[in-house]
Amino acid sequence: MGEASKISRYLYTVIVLFVIWIFLTSSLDIQELEIGLVFSLVVGALTYSVFTESGLANFHPKRIIYGIAYIPYFLWAMLMANLDVAYRVLHPKRPINPGIVECETVLTNDVGKLVLANSITLTPGTITLDVRDGKYYIHWIDVKDASIEGASENITKPFEKFLKVIFP
Amino acid sequence: MSITSTVGEFLVLFGTIFYFLSTLGLIRMPDVYNRMQTATKSATLGSLGVIVGVGIWAIGHVGSYSWVTKTIIIAVFLLLTNPISAHALIRAAYKSGIPLWEGSVVDKYKEALEREEGEQ
Repeated sequence: MGEASKISRYLYTVIVLFVIWIFLTSSLDIQELEIGLVFSLVVGALTYSVFTESGLANFHPKRIIYGIAYIPYFLWAMLMANLDVAYRVLHPKRPINPGIVECETVLTNDVGKLVLANSITLTPGTITLDVRDGKYYIHWIDVKDASIEGASENITKPFEKFLKVIFP
Repeated sequence: MSITSTVGEFLVLFGTIFYFLSTLGLIRMPDVYNRMQTATKSATLGSLGVIVGVGIWAIGHVGSYSWVTKTIIIAVFLLLTNPISAHALIRAAYKSGIPLWEGSVVDKYKEALEREEGEQ
C-alpha cells in the first residue's frame, strides 16, 4: 500500500485525536469542543507524519465494520483463553506442555502484523517472542501441534480472517 | 442500588478474581516464560474488569456517564501497550540466555537462530 496524500493523513490524525478528546472530556459543551478542535489541529500538524501512512482510507466502511466486529470476537477469545489458563493454574497436577512454536501469516501490512502480534500476546497461553520476515515465534503454554501448519491453524488463523480485511 | 452499579461491582469482583489467579500462577509455574503467561494475561483481563467495572458502577452510583468514557479510553491504551511490554520482557529473558523449563517440548526459535548463524 502506497502512502496517502499529506492532507488525507493530516485529516485522519485530527479526527482520531478529536474523538479521543471527546471521550476524555465526555462533554458536548461548545467551549470544550472548540478548544479540543484547536489542540487536535495543532497536535495533528506535529505528529501526522509518524501517526499514519494510509490516511482517510482507514475509514473505509468495510474496514470499520470488521474492526467493530473484531472487538467482541477478540474479547470472547481472550475470556475463554483466560479461563483455560486459570484451569491450568488451579489444577493440582499443573497440566502444562510449554514450548516455542513457529507460525506463519498471510498478512503483509506492518500495522496488521503488529495487531496480530498484540492479539496473540493478549490471548493467554501464547506470547509473541519475536517476528522475523513474517514468521512468528510464539511461546505456547500447551503445544498441541509443533509443526508450522498446525500451530498456525491454532494460533494465527482465528484472528487472520478479520485482520486481513481490516489491514489489507 | 441500581442495575448498573450491580453490574459494575460484579465486574470489579471478576477482575480481582483474575488478579488472584495470576498471582497464584506466578508462584506455581516452573520457569520465567510460563510465569509471564499467567502474570501478564490475567493482569490484562483483571485490569480490564476493574477499570471498566468502575466506569459502569459510576453510572448508577454517581449518576454520571463521564466516568465510563474515560475508563474505556484507559482500557484501550492498556490493551495497546501491555502486550508490547510483555513481548519486550520475554524477548529480553530469552536473549539473556534463561533456559526453558526441562518439560518444554519444542524450541523452534533456537532452531531458527542456529539456521541463521549457519548461513552466515
